[in-house]
Amino acid sequence: MRRITFQEALNEALMQEMERDSSVFVYGLDVTDHKRIFGSTKGLVERFGSERCFITPLSEDAMTGMGLGAAVNGLRPVHIHQRVDFLVLAMNQLLNMVSNYRYLSGGKVKVPMVIRAVVGRGWGQSAQHSKSLHSIFAHIPGLKVVLPTTPRDAKGLLISSIRDDNPVIFIEHRWLYFTSGEVPREPKPTPLEQGNILNTGEDITVVATSWMNVEALKAAEVLEKHGVSVEVVDPRTIAPLNDDLIIRSVKKTGHCIVADNDWVHCGFSGEIAARVAEKCFNELKSPVKRIGFAHAPCPTTRPLENKFYPNAIDIIRAVEEKLKLEPIDLSNEEFYSWENRFRGPF
Amino acid sequence: MKNSFFGVTKMDRTRLNIELYKKEYLIRKSEETIRKYYMDDEMKTPVHLSVGEEAIVSGVIQAMGKRDQVFGTYRNHGIYLAKTGETDKFFAELYGKKDGMGKGKAGSMHMFLPEENFMGSSAIVATVIPVAVGAAFANKYKKNKNLVFVFFGDGALEEGVFWESLNFACLKKLPIVFICEDNGLAIHAHIKDRQAFKSITDIVSKFGCNVFKSESTDAEVIYNLTVEAVKKQRRVNKPSFLHLKYYRYLEHVGVNQDFQYGYRSEEEFKKWFKVDPLKIQRRKLLKLGLIEKEIKELEKAIDEQVEKSVEFAKKSPFPGEEELLSDVYA
Repeated sequence: MRRITFQEALNEALMQEMERDSSVFVYGLDVTDHKRIFGSTKGLVERFGSERCFITPLSEDAMTGMGLGAAVNGLRPVHIHQRVDFLVLAMNQLLNMVSNYRYLSGGKVKVPMVIRAVVGRGWGQSAQHSKSLHSIFAHIPGLKVVLPTTPRDAKGLLISSIRDDNPVIFIEHRWLYFTSGEVPREPKPTPLEQGNILNTGEDITVVATSWMNVEALKAAEVLEKHGVSVEVVDPRTIAPLNDDLIIRSVKKTGHCIVADNDWVHCGFSGEIAARVAEKCFNELKSPVKRIGFAHAPCPTTRPLENKFYPNAIDIIRAVEEKLKLEPIDLSNEEFYSWENRFRGPF
Repeated sequence: MKNSFFGVTKMDRTRLNIELYKKEYLIRKSEETIRKYYMDDEMKTPVHLSVGEEAIVSGVIQAMGKRDQVFGTYRNHGIYLAKTGETDKFFAELYGKKDGMGKGKAGSMHMFLPEENFMGSSAIVATVIPVAVGAAFANKYKKNKNLVFVFFGDGALEEGVFWESLNFACLKKLPIVFICEDNGLAIHAHIKDRQAFKSITDIVSKFGCNVFKSESTDAEVIYNLTVEAVKKQRRVNKPSFLHLKYYRYLEHVGVNQDFQYGYRSEEEFKKWFKVDPLKIQRRKLLKLGLIEKEIKELEKAIDEQVEKSVEFAKKSPFPGEEELLSDVYA
């Protein structure tokens, strides 16, 4: 199968869905400028015109409500934000309107809308360009929250999100845009509310979200060389959460680490820890371990930023602790340094 | 009164005013009925009654085309009743029953009825405005000529999202009519303590919006103003903004008068009550040649409709427990 990048996969999904369904439209700040949301909205305005792909005023709250009204009236809006942090300006619409609308109508209206938002990292993104906030959205009944990891899922999950009759918050990690993988040419939806096993293993389960799956896979690769078999489970949709794969995996391995691309306190990692405790307490051989951001705003300077984010080494060390292994010598291992690729500024 | 845009003949004018009076009377009667039964503590939902604003909602809604859509605030009873004319689902919702338009989940503050083109109402000031703008965007996108009417109070003018929404609607020349129902109060706070600007219509006109204003409590005046606004809107392809004043007779939330608390005077109420929308409209019907008996019959029919609906609502069952988790997702 041909290989394309995560960014190209997103672009292809939008192109094919807009082609298929004239009620789909794409809007947001910068969707038609020369950068095209890191390339993901490339070619849309040329192909579909400025009625179906347009920039907006800097009015996140109103533009979110606008999407809701358009969705209620039968369109399928895709609203794009270059950073998740900007969605905070739209929280009133998301939490008080978008999430409630169908319920309060007694089920008479549908709200098919997608909100794409990008998580920034590195090169000084600092405290206001680095948040993921997926746990906050996942806390609210009525919203669906999707975090693709692979290019294949970027395409398949975006297609499913656009076709879904509910509001979907679709969170994309900036660094994933550079990854490439096999992606079918045809518009093949990946079902929402189904996890995915990225690496099959027997000894320990790592449940990871978004970029942390890349770190978990690297950890699994290193540990494999030392005879440790790690199962990496990507839940993909965290709300509503189908935990079947996670529970099955932990029942098999007896150990669970959650590596979330977010803060730990009151976060999605706590939800997984609770479910694992509720559903496979008897199979657990050790307590669930949570790995996430340091409990601080994201700092700008590189040395502190490095300490802020968890990585593959943290996962490896956590695995060793759980399985009571001697620390592996990692001096010959090469870990990701995205500075070579992501030279900023955004 | 199918088509409200064209010349109004004498006969038409009588029929128009009967329609307007029926709307106003249905609202007043329904709200008075809520007041009558509210203390029984069976309608467990905060109510923001429409008593005093009947001319505005009746006049504006009378001017709406059949496929036009409307959005409102938590003070939505008037809109609901004027738009739908129905009271069974209305009272069932207030009683929290299965037969309510929201199966009891919406209550007073969120009632709407998409099948009658009442598309939404919200209990947080100004939050429904961008949603109405989005509905107007969709209508333009689908090229269907339907207008969207969105009601809000003077307090909404202080919310950022109002300006964001107005800006976008004017930028995109969307088919929307903004209706500011100005009662001069945000809960108990006077407009002079909240707004630095003196004239909202001056500011809004700078956005390229057609502006209209009135302090009339005559539904026919409001109707004619709305018809004029819609005609102009269709002609010049710009949104409209109607600034309409009224007096809220009762407390912000609840069913009682509240003059004893001193934030406003009963004198002011008395001044407005002299031009009470229903008094004006009833007197006008007599002038137009209706006899007292005809008006009484018309009122009696509405009285009966409302009382029947209350009975219906009381008898309707509560929603089953399965409803708690249904319709969270489609």
